[in-house]
Amino acid sequence: MSTDDQVLEEFTSKEYEHGWSVNFEADEAPMGLNEDIVKFISHKKNEPEWLLNWRLKSFRHWSQLEEPKWSNVHYPKIDYQVLKYYSAPKKGGKIKSLDELDPEMIKTFERLGISLNEQKRLSGIAVDAVIDSVSVATTFKETLSELGIIFCSFSDAVLEHPELIKKYLGSVVPAADNYYAALNSAVFSDGSFCYIPKGVRCPMELSTYFRINAANTGQFERTLIVAEDDSYVSYLEGCTAPMRDENQLHAAVVEIYAAKNAEVKYSTVQNWYPGNKEGVGGIYNFVTKRGICAGDHAKISWTQVETGSAVTWKYPSCILKGDYSVGEFYSVAVTNNYQQADTGTKMIHLGKHTKSRIVSKGISAGKSQNSYRGHVNISKRATHSRNFSQCDSLLMGNQCGAHTFPYIDVENSSSQIEHEATTSKIGEDQIFYCKQRGLDEESSIALIVNGFAKEVMNNLPMEFAVEAQKLLALTLEGSVG
Amino acid sequence: MISIKNLHANIEGKEILKGINLEIKAGEVHAIMGPNGSGKSTLASVLAGRDGYEIMKGSIVFENKNLLDLEAEERAREGIFLAFQYPVEIPGVSTTNFLKTAINQIRQHRGKKSLDAVAFLKLMKSKMKLVEIDQALLSRSLNEGFSGGEKKRNEIFQMAMLEPKLAILDETDSGLDIDALRIVSHGVNSLKSKDNAIILITHYQRLLDYILPDFVHVLFDGKIVKTGDKSLAMELEKKGYDWIKAEHGSLETI
Repeated sequence: MSTDDQVLEEFTSKEYEHGWSVNFEADEAPMGLNEDIVKFISHKKNEPEWLLNWRLKSFRHWSQLEEPKWSNVHYPKIDYQVLKYYSAPKKGGKIKSLDELDPEMIKTFERLGISLNEQKRLSGIAVDAVIDSVSVATTFKETLSELGIIFCSFSDAVLEHPELIKKYLGSVVPAADNYYAALNSAVFSDGSFCYIPKGVRCPMELSTYFRINAANTGQFERTLIVAEDDSYVSYLEGCTAPMRDENQLHAAVVEIYAAKNAEVKYSTVQNWYPGNKEGVGGIYNFVTKRGICAGDHAKISWTQVETGSAVTWKYPSCILKGDYSVGEFYSVAVTNNYQQADTGTKMIHLGKHTKSRIVSKGISAGKSQNSYRGHVNISKRATHSRNFSQCDSLLMGNQCGAHTFPYIDVENSSSQIEHEATTSKIGEDQIFYCKQRGLDEESSIALIVNGFAKEVMNNLPMEFAVEAQKLLALTLEGSVG
Repeated sequence: MISIKNLHANIEGKEILKGINLEIKAGEVHAIMGPNGSGKSTLASVLAGRDGYEIMKGSIVFENKNLLDLEAEERAREGIFLAFQYPVEIPGVSTTNFLKTAINQIRQHRGKKSLDAVAFLKLMKSKMKLVEIDQALLSRSLNEGFSGGEKKRNEIFQMAMLEPKLAILDETDSGLDIDALRIVSHGVNSLKSKDNAIILITHYQRLLDYILPDFVHVLFDGKIVKTGDKSLAMELEKKGYDWIKAEHGSLETI
């Protein structure tokens, strides 16, 4: 048994790879949060009056809210007055073409394995790169615009497509939705906007890459995806942050609107800094993600691989309003050392014949706590609807925890719900079996863990899947038992 | 090929192997029989390098290397293969993927290039015939939902793919019906050569009708107490183990 623990121990003690930071000259807001800061952010972005008012309303609402306490995560009280709410690399900002971009910044992203150079880039992916509070580059804008697709930073969208932003902003996640959504609505800085017109199938993967660089800074990005009738888009999101001893706050909002027959696939590989082995530092990740299948036969599919952050609080959800609409949630959440994750989904069935599918795989190692929290709600009107949920937990070692909190409400008798759950432990037996066939310890664990997560990994776009597999193995390195 | 001298091994402080001596040369088949709890599976685990066993005394030399210095995966790469009595399930990992990873790690260890997909498939096709295993089974999660017979056939298939120098078959015959036993034995016989050796651990003489051993050893109370040829197995089948216990088990009756 002791050797088993040692193996686990070694496997889970791998260092975070993206822990460096770069000194960009930054344009920052003073510390603290009040109406002046909200105005400061809005002015920095030359926003129209209506948006400033929307922010201020959100801020006033947020000021009256209490931080939610129902999730299974524990952390010291956050002092919202000692954070900075806006930080922009000075040389970022307005650029006409990628050639004008600060070479330091290009290097920063290259170090992360993301080339902003379109020629070098695999032609399959367009990238919006966000550092701290601003988007610094968006690639393939022209190629996409020929098809009528809009893919740009949120700030640009506010100025260039105000009618669309006004129509959809807050339509899926209202400003008053919850504590963190309200905070985000008040101080959100940048993010991506994506609009797929009627009948268009987006020919490349769209992706946003988020990087927190500055110290003591919160990141509050906002992503909005609108897919009109009969359109299709696959969207990827990746994130990293430097290693810092203090905790940093990330409170994002993602809204997806899918019209009739539209399909949106949203994939995330979340690799924010998780803190060190003793649990010092790391990102607090409080994210609200929600999509609405507004039209009939619409489909929204969330796939997430969550390996980072000290604390994760995140429930990508689907509102299935259109008849025959489909919602999917595929998740792998890995926690190690002192990480805590409380993640899952909500499937709200409103339309008839709606279907949802939930596949959640939690992997806990070290002294971490990993919770699945899900809510399946089938309303009275949503007759002949179906849900299938599967929640599997894999434990490594005997100091971690896995928890499952499924909530199910069904208000009609023609619908069907299935829920399956398993908990297993990576056994010494499995590892010995692999080793007896010549695999070393690390490969054995990587193989077993990736096998466990396979069903979810299969839903990621190819290029992401390979990265995500490596990330899984890396996150757990040094931790078997 | 392998030389085991005065091997003593404990599990959690309890002595299980109490002085094993065994010499195996290339080209030989050794059967190890014995009643339950005599230490047969422990011997297999110790040879394969499983954690949790304390070696108190003795030595194991395999192909001029001190086996006890090597980790389980290093022993496997040197050519030791254990067909498990209870093969382990690994959900989400197909036999194909599993073997590909294993073979390439072994090849890397031996300074050879990785097999590409085409060469690997070709190798697989040729070995599949040996144990009459089909592609569909190899694409499924390793051992998950396999019948007893499928699991054992899969073990022999892996042996065929990895081409070990020394194969230890731990009760590979248990739980097999006659047809499966014939298929498995046929597979083992076709893999037998003058360059490799096989240890068969079994309870039943039945297996030895299909795979002819050069030596039969009786393991009792952690020691090899009798060695003979196939006729010893026949004798055990007829008389059971009581006479062995009577000769050697005096301590146990106290």
